[in-house]
Amino acid sequence: MLASITRRTFGTGTAATIAVVAVPGASQATPEALAATLKTILGNKTATTGRVKLEIPELAENGNSVPLTITVDSPMTAADHVKTIYILSPENPSPDVARFHLGPRSGRAKVATSVRLATSQRLIVLAVMADGTAWTTGADVIVTMSACIDSG
Amino acid sequence: MRTARIVCPKTAKRGDIIEIKTLINHPMETGYRRDDMGQAILRDIFKTLAVTYNGVEVFRTEMFPGTAANPFVAFTTVATETGTPEFTWTDEKGVTHVEKAQITVA
Repeated sequence: MLASITRRTFGTGTAATIAVVAVPGASQATPEALAATLKTILGNKTATTGRVKLEIPELAENGNSVPLTITVDSPMTAADHVKTIYILSPENPSPDVARFHLGPRSGRAKVATSVRLATSQRLIVLAVMADGTAWTTGADVIVTMSACIDSG
Repeated sequence: MRTARIVCPKTAKRGDIIEIKTLINHPMETGYRRDDMGQAILRDIFKTLAVTYNGVEVFRTEMFPGTAANPFVAFTTVATETGTPEFTWTDEKGVTHVEKAQITVA
């Protein structure tokens, strides 16, 4: 049924739909929403644990800005490189936190950014390679002051 | 006009992998907050940061409400030739902010 739609096209369309439907205050963060996003990204593939390193504080005092660094073990050649790195959250109002698109011009697969964490959770990183394989890791972060709270 | 800061080496050897850091002022309003009257504060975020190097896209970030305010993004790229890395942030209304850097590659 979906065989004629490429994974990338389906993912982009679905992500756009989710963004439009989200209503302020009605957001329910759930691991199910994360599972649905993972299915959109991976299709029928599964992600193997490994090759990805996520450096993030174990304890974040302010969930509004938590710095992290992601490194993926990859030669970043034309034949073998990381195409996309996804940061995904099971507990934020919506699962997508950030995506990075890399390629052989990157030299190495290393990105850093700061994210919002709504509550303590296991943040997930997914790396999809040029050959279509997917690698993953996660890290537990305790958040003492949550982001996305109405009083903010 | 937004304040943005780029940290990029001014010179490099051909083939070196250089690290570039970017920072831009923006509230990255999530759309989940409400003001004192209970009204939802409208979502206002950057959607993408696209980086080109002499016109070729070498890196792109997609941002979401989960990206922290004043987005900081650091990444690496190969110093292939002398030129102008260009950084374009685009928000969900299509408004862009552009910064440029200059790198001399020997």
